[in-house]
Amino acid sequence: MKKKLCGLLLTALLTMAVLGGCSDGTGESSGDNSSAEPAYGGSVVVGIQQDIDSLDPHLATAAGTKEILFNIFEGLVKSDEKGNLIGAVASDYTISEDYLVYTFTLRDNVKFHNGDPVTAEDVKYSLERASGLLDGTALISALSPEKGGITGVEILDDKTVQVTVGSANTELIYSFVAAIIPAGSGEEEGADPIGTGPFSFVSYTPQEEIVVKKNPDYWQEGLPYLDQVTFKITGSAQTALMEMQGGSIDIYPYLTDSQAQALAGGETHQVLTSPSNVVQALFLNNAVEPLDNVLVRQAILYAIDKEEVNVFVGGGSGSLIGSAMLPSLTDYYVDLNDEYGNNANVEKAKELLAEAGYGDGFDLVIDIPSNYEFHMQTGEVVVEQLKAVGINASIHPVDWDTWLEDIYNGRQYTATISGITCDQTPGYLLNRFQTDSPKNFINYSNEEYDRIFVEAQKEQDPVKKAEYYKQLQKLLTDDAATAFLQVPGNMTALSNRLAGYRFYPVYVQDLSTVYLVE
Amino acid sequence: MKPGRKKQNPYLIAGMAMTGSAAGLGLLGAFWTPFGTTAMSAAERFQAPSLRHLFGTDNFGRDLFSRVMQGMGTTICISLLVVLFSAFFGILLGALTGYFGGVFDEAVMRVIDAVNGFPSILLALVMISLLGNGRQNLILSLGIVFTPSYVRIVRSEYVKLRDADYIMRARLMGVGKLRILFVHILPNVLPVLGVSLVIGLNNAILAESGMSYLGIGVQPPDASLGNMLSDAQGFLQSAPWYALIPGLAIVWIVLGFSLFGEGLRRLGE
Amino acid sequence: MRYLGKKLITLIMTLFLVSAAVFLAFQIIPGDVVTSILGTEATPEMEAKLREELGLTEPPVKQYFHWIGGILRGDLGVSYRYSRNMNEMMPVAELIGDKLPVTLWLAAFSFVLILLISLPLGVIWAKSANPALDAVLGVLTQASMAIPSFFLGILVTYLFGIVLHFFVPGGYVSYEKDFPAFLGYLFFPALSVAIPKIAMTARFLRNSMLTQMGADYVRTAYGKGCTRRRVMYGHVLRNALMPVVTFLGMIVAEIVAGSIVIEQVFGLPGIGRLLVSSVNNRDFPVVEILILYITFVVILVYFLVDILYRVIDPRISEK
Repeated sequence: MKKKLCGLLLTALLTMAVLGGCSDGTGESSGDNSSAEPAYGGSVVVGIQQDIDSLDPHLATAAGTKEILFNIFEGLVKSDEKGNLIGAVASDYTISEDYLVYTFTLRDNVKFHNGDPVTAEDVKYSLERASGLLDGTALISALSPEKGGITGVEILDDKTVQVTVGSANTELIYSFVAAIIPAGSGEEEGADPIGTGPFSFVSYTPQEEIVVKKNPDYWQEGLPYLDQVTFKITGSAQTALMEMQGGSIDIYPYLTDSQAQALAGGETHQVLTSPSNVVQALFLNNAVEPLDNVLVRQAILYAIDKEEVNVFVGGGSGSLIGSAMLPSLTDYYVDLNDEYGNNANVEKAKELLAEAGYGDGFDLVIDIPSNYEFHMQTGEVVVEQLKAVGINASIHPVDWDTWLEDIYNGRQYTATISGITCDQTPGYLLNRFQTDSPKNFINYSNEEYDRIFVEAQKEQDPVKKAEYYKQLQKLLTDDAATAFLQVPGNMTALSNRLAGYRFYPVYVQDLSTVYLVE
Repeated sequence: MKPGRKKQNPYLIAGMAMTGSAAGLGLLGAFWTPFGTTAMSAAERFQAPSLRHLFGTDNFGRDLFSRVMQGMGTTICISLLVVLFSAFFGILLGALTGYFGGVFDEAVMRVIDAVNGFPSILLALVMISLLGNGRQNLILSLGIVFTPSYVRIVRSEYVKLRDADYIMRARLMGVGKLRILFVHILPNVLPVLGVSLVIGLNNAILAESGMSYLGIGVQPPDASLGNMLSDAQGFLQSAPWYALIPGLAIVWIVLGFSLFGEGLRRLGE
Repeated sequence: MRYLGKKLITLIMTLFLVSAAVFLAFQIIPGDVVTSILGTEATPEMEAKLREELGLTEPPVKQYFHWIGGILRGDLGVSYRYSRNMNEMMPVAELIGDKLPVTLWLAAFSFVLILLISLPLGVIWAKSANPALDAVLGVLTQASMAIPSFFLGILVTYLFGIVLHFFVPGGYVSYEKDFPAFLGYLFFPALSVAIPKIAMTARFLRNSMLTQMGADYVRTAYGKGCTRRRVMYGHVLRNALMPVVTFLGMIVAEIVAGSIVIEQVFGLPGIGRLLVSSVNNRDFPVVEILILYITFVVILVYFLVDILYRVIDPRISEK
């Protein structure tokens, strides 16, 4: 949702993302039942693993929140299940050749959930609030004037809004998924969110559920099918599984392989799989001893058996990676798995540790957000592998909020297992490794990397640009910046009474196309 | 009681057999287990109990018998330390307050009343939130939580005994206070304390496994019966043994200790 | 009456002590709430403003009385974690408002089950001369006492939920929507909390009755020609119940604790989950209030037990 599909979301973390992988494996995986006649009405329960951080679409930062708000809010544009942008509140838009002026034509008959039609005023207000033009505080930093975002919003007529931006950026259009809200409603959005999405907000009970109901005025003909959707915040992955078997959760994304196996047999749910758009890694803090030593980091990379992680935790559904790029972005991806191998090389790892002066090993605490069973299980496997080379690793489960605050923002950690999500733009995964990026939570610092990244951003020729991006990936791998593991497969449980579920290449849960089969 | 009957104490025998086997397995588990407690095997995930894997395997293909061995050891060891900790401070505080009385006694008893009113597992939870996660903090929290019950028991014995004739005499003879407290009185308190130690051990085991179940006790990948149970919960349908076995192991230990305690009590009679 | 007054004063003193201890404990904790609310990118002005709003600039003693005063007026403070909207944190009262009843109902339901099952069971057991029944009950109760309630909860879920389909695990219905269905869902969690306590109480009552049955007054009563029934229910049970009442009062704290753990097994949205997550999130205002609440409930029950005791046995008040 908001923030560009990915914009700086820290989103990142989120466990494996829901959506299908970027580009190719996405599309409609609506399950076996999709041939059945769609029926209208009914309600479903979607299990989610974390509480939301804000109902205000411009304030929400966690990907786990945005994936839900996707159903309530829409921007001028939104992502479709192929990852392409389609018009939402705007029916059409043009971008000037210098990429500095965007002209949006508003769609007719789009109404807010409160019944009011969306006006150009509302759009202007929303964009100015998100970019910080309103009161100086940018809520979505990619849109802020300081970052080359929006510098002015002008209403040309009732149906036309013109936006000028500070710098030419071919990828900025993705940030216009930022939610459009009624003019002047900013203060209330957090308590009473009003948007234009297929579902309207009903209630939120912290740690329990978010309930939304059908928006009868939704502009897309025929959608949504369901009358009501409850996003239920599950206490733990274990109880969630019980609740699925008991029939009280209909949809549950991001299963681990063991959970998928427990549902095998398909008595209650079918398990759908699609590549995710998440890069899962054992993130290493490059600024902390002993991980500030490149030899130690390389030793860790040699010690890890990515294939084993994939088999144990994901049942082999993931794609192994050696750097920060999705294999599905074929033009930009370079396979670097061979550099350290997919399997453990214990000898080599021990050799490097000895060379670095850690022949006797060392203690390594790995912080893991405990609400993500997938990362926790990965941790158990990785700890075993590190022990084999003499690194005495242990797991320290942390709460999600603590993770965001202390580890992601505060960078107070040595190693952590988590995931970073991405959008369809190749630069997104790589920009966080610039020395001064606020998202550079591993404290990676390489002048050559910073230099090439700037070059890559400036480059307009796609082939040369891809070449730069490949060099960047190689640098990350050579420096053993972090132990990239895999792009996990996203296994989603879908109740047998449902069909129409779609995987997206971005991190959203789209319930508008889901329907009951009778 | 007939002399011949004293030897027949089925409670004691059953209790000793059960706790003995659990402690023995746990102790052995600290040094040797059939497959190792964290060794994973992709080929052997979710194996039902068999001759090769007596208790089956879990979602990582880890041998549950090995993990139960380690889990029993962990649980018993933590519980013992908790009881030792709380008994030590219980005796110390109970002796001082019971023997001397006064303002200090009054203050301590008020605090203990307050603590006693509070559900122990919740108190331990709050302590953990102050201290942070980890095995030492778990022992410390539970130790502090269980101390008041011992203070009470020990204190009431000291109150009873402080005016006993032999203590009066000792006092008149000029025996030092410390000596009276811990040499003259303490041995007479121990029998009463003995039974409550066994009960305390049971409570500690239940509390430890409860906290590990909630995810605030022993952390993975180390095995504890509580956290195994929590991991296993989701697989009840597909792999029921995974949850049943650690659960039954807890029952086995707790039942063993309570039979043992009951046996001790009857022995006392 | 004087006794009652004295007890009431102790009750208030204890609450006061607990509140002070809780407040103190959370003062000592490292970490600054202001940075934890605002995140790392806040400006010093924002921090100062929030500090002012939360009353953190005052000396601790003043903060404490401010806090207590607020509670007495019904203002429980605001959560550090949840916000109502952009500029307003969610009041703690709102956060726990609909969760507290779930836990209290669960605990109350368990308590009722304990009373309904353990008392008749204990009486039957004590009266029974059948050694087989005695042995069976002996083993059963011993075994039930050894089962941790969360394991019992898992067994119950498996048997009654997944195998027998008597209830839908996780199919919790809010008490506001459908109260009977709410109670229906609570039955199995309540049973899981209750079973070990039922075993304990039944054993306790039986032993207490056996002791009373051997007492002199029983023989006297029989001697005076009282019927067995009259002796049993008029004398023995009445006297045997007194220590049981005390015992029941004592296990209230454990029932509340058991409820909180069982919530996690059955996915009940009570204060258990809120407490665990607030502990993890360092949402201290919430933790503080929850602790106070639970203490209050438990102490209140002790107080009531004391009064009940007096009703059953008037001798005490005359002493």
